[in-house]
Amino acid sequence: MSEWLKMGGYAVYVWGSFGLTAAVLIWNLWMPRLRRSAIMKELSSEE
Amino acid sequence: MWTWFHRLASPPTAYRLADRLAPWFGIAALLLLAYGIVDGLAFAPPDYQQGDAYRIIFVHVPAAALSLALFTYMAIAGAIAVVWRIKLMECLVVATAPVGASFTALALLTGMLWGKPMWGAYWVWDARLTSELILLFLYMGVIGLNAAIEDPRAAARACGLLAIVGVINVPIVHYSVDWWNSLHQGATILKLGKPDISPAMAHPLYACLLGFFMFAGYVILRRMQNELLLRERGTAWVRERIGVARV
Repeated sequence: MSEWLKMGGYAVYVWGSFGLTAAVLIWNLWMPRLRRSAIMKELSSEE
Repeated sequence: MWTWFHRLASPPTAYRLADRLAPWFGIAALLLLAYGIVDGLAFAPPDYQQGDAYRIIFVHVPAAALSLALFTYMAIAGAIAVVWRIKLMECLVVATAPVGASFTALALLTGMLWGKPMWGAYWVWDARLTSELILLFLYMGVIGLNAAIEDPRAAARACGLLAIVGVINVPIVHYSVDWWNSLHQGATILKLGKPDISPAMAHPLYACLLGFFMFAGYVILRRMQNELLLRERGTAWVRERIGVARV
């Protein structure tokens, strides 16, 4: 397990890349969701 | 054929269709990425030259492929929006830009993390890296242009024009490794003939590639729905939507 985590000495680069990927995916999922609730709030207050 | 197309492009129909399609894109993305990332990180054999560092390929190549594909597709939607003024296409242009920009940034960052151990430098001003950086600036130009123009329809058409002009950079990025001497390695998969990669590495890579595209489909549909709601505010179908969301 710890051998695997070390990634043959490239742990920082490999895990760093996958961590950044996770961040980009999460950002992409959250932004439209936040915007959707803001739009819903804005539009229903116009009614 | 044309009446069918017009109906499809009408905002309420497109919104409903997106509602029905998006979950499938989401599920496909989840399954493909779960398999691809686990297989890529844990089971695919290490590379004979690069050891475990090559595993960055499983996120770097899909992000880079997506950065080019989304720009191309944004330019096509932009051309349709500019010529035929179809509202749905304007929404797609505006919805695609931030997604494309985020994956371009990811391709650059994971590339830097791969470059450091393999080339000894995070960054070199080489043709592939520089043209990909220009791609990021073009995406940011589209986002900025959309934010700067008050009227959303005029903004989307301006974005469409910038995408049409900027798409010239896409083949430059793709062929840069053939046209110029580059530190960056050549194409592994997207080229004529058989790919230079063993099946044990190729399977998770294809899964990640397809998974990234499905993910982009999902988030672009969701963003497109947001744009449709904003542009169609005050219409009966949007009122109905807000009523539905409130319950």
